Amino acid sequence: MKGLDQALPRWVNIGLLPLLNVVTALLVSALVFLVIDVNPLKAAEILLYGAFGYQEGLGFTLYYTTNFIFTGLAVAIAFHVGLFNIGGEGQAYIGGLGVGLLCLALDTSLPGPALLLLSVLVAGLFGAAWAFIPGWLQAYRGSHIVITTIMFNFIASSLMVYLMVNVLREPGQMTPQSRLLDENSWMPFVHEVLAGIGIEFEASPLNLSIILALLCALGTWLLIWKTKWGYEIRTVGFNRDAAVYAGIKPAYVMVLAMAISGAMAGMVGVNEISGVQHRLILDFHYGYGFAGIAVALMGRNHPIGIILAALLFGVLYQGGAELAFEMSNINRDIVVVMQGLVILFCGALEFLYKPLLAKFFKEKAA
Amino acid sequence: MTDYALELDRVSKRFGAVQANKDVSLNVVKGSIHGIVGENGAGKSTLMSILYGFYQADSGSISVFGKPADIPNSHAAIAAGIGMVHQHFMLVEPFTVLENIILGNEGSALLMQGQAKARKVLLDLSTNYNLKVDPDAIVGDLPVGLQQRVEILKALYKGAKVLILDEPTGVLTPQETDDLFAILKGLKEQGVTILLITHKLKEIMAITDNVSVMRHGEMVANLSTAETNPEELAELMVGRKVVTQLEKPDAAAGDDVLKVEGLSVVDAQQVERVKNVSFKVSAGEIVGIAGVSGNGQTELMEALAGMRSVDAGTICYGKLKISTESHIGPDELRDAGIAHVPEDRHRVGLVTPMSASENSILGYHRDDKWNQHGLLKPGLVEKHCATLMSDFDVRPQDPKLKSANFSGGNQQKLILARELDREPKVLLVGQPTRGVDIGAIEFIHTQLLKMRNRGGAILLISVELDEILALSDRIIVMCDGRITGEVAAADADERTLGLMMSATADLSSDSDLSSNSEQEQAG
Amino acid sequence: MIETILLTLDATLRVSTPLIFAAFAGMFSERSGVIDISLEGKMLAAAFAAAAVAYTTESAWLGLGAAILVSISLAMLHGVACITFRGNQVVSGVAINILAAGLTMSLGLSWFKQGGQTPLLPDEARFTSIEFPFAEALRDVPVIGGLYSELLSGHNILVYMAFLMVPLAWWILFRTRYGLRLRAVGENPKAVDTAGISVIRLRYSALVFAGVLCGLAGTYISAAHNAQFVRDMTAGQGFIALAALIFGKWRPFPVLGACLLFGLLDAVAVRLQGTELPGIGVIPVQFIEAMPYILTVVLLAGFFGKAVAPKAIGVPYVKER
Repeated sequence: MKGLDQALPRWVNIGLLPLLNVVTALLVSALVFLVIDVNPLKAAEILLYGAFGYQEGLGFTLYYTTNFIFTGLAVAIAFHVGLFNIGGEGQAYIGGLGVGLLCLALDTSLPGPALLLLSVLVAGLFGAAWAFIPGWLQAYRGSHIVITTIMFNFIASSLMVYLMVNVLREPGQMTPQSRLLDENSWMPFVHEVLAGIGIEFEASPLNLSIILALLCALGTWLLIWKTKWGYEIRTVGFNRDAAVYAGIKPAYVMVLAMAISGAMAGMVGVNEISGVQHRLILDFHYGYGFAGIAVALMGRNHPIGIILAALLFGVLYQGGAELAFEMSNINRDIVVVMQGLVILFCGALEFLYKPLLAKFFKEKAA
Repeated sequence: MTDYALELDRVSKRFGAVQANKDVSLNVVKGSIHGIVGENGAGKSTLMSILYGFYQADSGSISVFGKPADIPNSHAAIAAGIGMVHQHFMLVEPFTVLENIILGNEGSALLMQGQAKARKVLLDLSTNYNLKVDPDAIVGDLPVGLQQRVEILKALYKGAKVLILDEPTGVLTPQETDDLFAILKGLKEQGVTILLITHKLKEIMAITDNVSVMRHGEMVANLSTAETNPEELAELMVGRKVVTQLEKPDAAAGDDVLKVEGLSVVDAQQVERVKNVSFKVSAGEIVGIAGVSGNGQTELMEALAGMRSVDAGTICYGKLKISTESHIGPDELRDAGIAHVPEDRHRVGLVTPMSASENSILGYHRDDKWNQHGLLKPGLVEKHCATLMSDFDVRPQDPKLKSANFSGGNQQKLILARELDREPKVLLVGQPTRGVDIGAIEFIHTQLLKMRNRGGAILLISVELDEILALSDRIIVMCDGRITGEVAAADADERTLGLMMSATADLSSDSDLSSNSEQEQAG
Repeated sequence: MIETILLTLDATLRVSTPLIFAAFAGMFSERSGVIDISLEGKMLAAAFAAAAVAYTTESAWLGLGAAILVSISLAMLHGVACITFRGNQVVSGVAINILAAGLTMSLGLSWFKQGGQTPLLPDEARFTSIEFPFAEALRDVPVIGGLYSELLSGHNILVYMAFLMVPLAWWILFRTRYGLRLRAVGENPKAVDTAGISVIRLRYSALVFAGVLCGLAGTYISAAHNAQFVRDMTAGQGFIALAALIFGKWRPFPVLGACLLFGLLDAVAVRLQGTELPGIGVIPVQFIEAMPYILTVVLLAGFFGKAVAPKAIGVPYVKER
């Protein structure tokens, strides 16, 4: 296609083009609403009200946002080293498993803060381990990381079903879930913390993991752009030969970056298990890993962009739940449709308008 | 009136800001071998791509065998009787020779019939033109020379009357080159018109009837080969003498700082690229390594720089010793004062999407100087880059600019500035002025001499003999991975070097043959 | 014992059928150089379309037609994104998978008001089993009778189509001009371009094949093997097919073998549930279920043999300067 090779002004590339893509995704979403006989404007109103209109809704929105920040950062870090980590699903799942195992073992024998700190560490370690293997296989054995991470998502899933059904199930229960964790190990809810300083806020799943998420975003920014390790990660991602020339070991850096990426995804386990579920259950991670791809794409792999994109997805998730609640011919899957459209237009079709814009700017320049 | 196979009239092509071809006119006599010479980037390949329908000319006209031709795609080129042997072969490696040859010309929807017919035609072609190759061999398993033969057969099978060869000898051994030329002469006798694109003047003189010279996208001369000489062609190609002789005080050679003994290097395809090489470089001298590109220089340089492991022998920088048992990486070598300006600045020397500033510490980014509490010090790095830029006249002087946006000469100056900044003991430098504008060449040469004069040791690899002759104190010649000669610069001239480069000076024909058969097996 | 083996093999055929269709869809796509991780999404959308249209029209064949159309449309979307606009093939695949998961449920709810499922299909709107002549009569003949009436007879037409499709696909890929070009474009598109053949047209055509085959796979799942569409009913079979494609190293008969192996694992897993094996104990079902993925990872790591993908896979074709 003509015009795809053309260079465009920077503000068009990082501003106008992504904006047009999001708008297109939303317009096509509106079309879907029309097809299922829902007024898109009305739907947007309910959606926004559900996401921002009342405190509990806002809490839910930010709780979802927390997960999306984690998985978005995970995809972005791998991307900077030139790898596509679509194993965020599995890494988040295994991260949660780590938190669950830790707390099931120690939730009554350690002080709360120590337990929380350990939970964060273990979630990171478990997630990192689950990403380390595909990373190592890619770096040292040449296995395609996309395929291996997909396979690892399914292996994680089978492993969890096995553990939940056969090992961790609460005795006497039919549903595959573990016993409730001691309150000692819970991540404090934001509404509790606010109540502690005299501010009243409706109860919601929003917990202090969101602070952890923001810290992770800051940490990622520092790591990638402000340290020699990030310098090495980006060098390997851009140009492996130059990396070798500079005395960097690309394979080592790739494995390291994948492990950090997996650790980020693993943090979903903290938000879910320590923060909200307070027990190990099945499928608490579902969909966050894949959504992370969209978040990273929209956020252009930059932490600030990722936070904004994660917020957009948080709004979609919570607003979508509100929609499903309010309207009988909509279920939560409409959010999945919108998510798919965002990935399609902001990711796969990111150059959709490029030929058009290239023509426009060429004519303007001429 | 002469019959022309090809007539190009004022063909122009522009890519964005770059005028790749400007009013190029060219007449190729039917049944002749016509050479086109020019430096890298002179527009030869673009012109050929236009002829082969890969690009469309912006203006101008083309006639093939007297008939005006419109060539919108390769299909039309093939139909017009134009065949092309690309520099990088257009072969499907897991396919057999036969499958490769019929691709696009299968004859019928089912392969069976087409293949049977093709096999017969192929046999005829093989015998008529003396192009022997097994039709059922897997192409990926064939040595490079035979793969090229498959490319030629492919073109002939499609009925090419005009055969374009783009830098065909770049990847060939001398023996394979001789075979190729014999084939081309045979083709010419059968009436095929041949267009040979190269930057090797020796080949032009050896085989062509006529020669055209391109420079900066323009056709600057059309000559009869018999009436010209390499000196004239060289001058036409570059427009002026490349290298001005610089003031060079006598070498005050000191201790040996680099000692290579019995070094062999094997590449990823298990081909031995450097074969049992030994030499020394002393402080305060420039040792030039001359040779046709692709004769092991790249691999030698990468091994010396710690980027490749060695397979036999040793490399010693003072007490630092690299061998099969002890690998030393580029980072450690840098710490020990060994700097490296790689021959391919885009692929290796720079991370082009990063800023000039970030590139100014590539390889040195772990130094305490740039790091504090685990964080890099971007302000300091930027200041450092600005200093480098003003010292080495890198323009534009903007450390924040993406390094991809600098011209070749300025990129090269930035790399050189980075590597020379620490006053290294040894500098390994490959093709320092390839694709660099004239002004920058002199600057770069001056900097290299400056380092030598202050007692630094330089190993210079270049395919430009002028450059080697102008800078070196001693010259080593490489051919087919071996050292085929060593002379003091004072005693060297292009002729003797040229002989050594083609390994005809002091290698018996016996060992020449054996080295070739080795290569064939390895490939 | 023989009865058990026959039943297991019979189940293997049933489970393998959608895998075969989908894996061969992937083979056409990836042999042409386009990564296809959206096999799952195309199958899911096709399953929904087949069930919805078959229910509405009471014709299984119209259902199949609709499934193929929908699946081809998604394949073309993939093509527009990654062939024409040179988007990332993996991202496009992820988008299509997610889109299919969301759209099937949203449209299903809106059209059938059953929480996203389609109503149960009556038999005439399904592909039902075909009994071979004399199957009943021969049932009691030792060995051959069982093989004939249990294993060969009594499947629906899509099962037979899947197994007939395999040699056909092989023939197309390795014995026709089109196949030669398709394989070439996945290895070295430039060679194809310089031979005067359109890379873009070839790749689109490969995706059409992929669309048709995923359509068949989806139809089998909702309108033959089952009798309605339910949430996420492909349940990762698209990815198992992808694993089988890699495990079979992108070659028709090895891929068929991989599909049968993975189908067998599934059939065995169901049968082994809770049974104690002598000397081994109880093998967790989940472990057997995860086997296809584990095997693929091990193969990709080069621990036994090496799976070499088509060389140009995942790279959009750009005429370079």
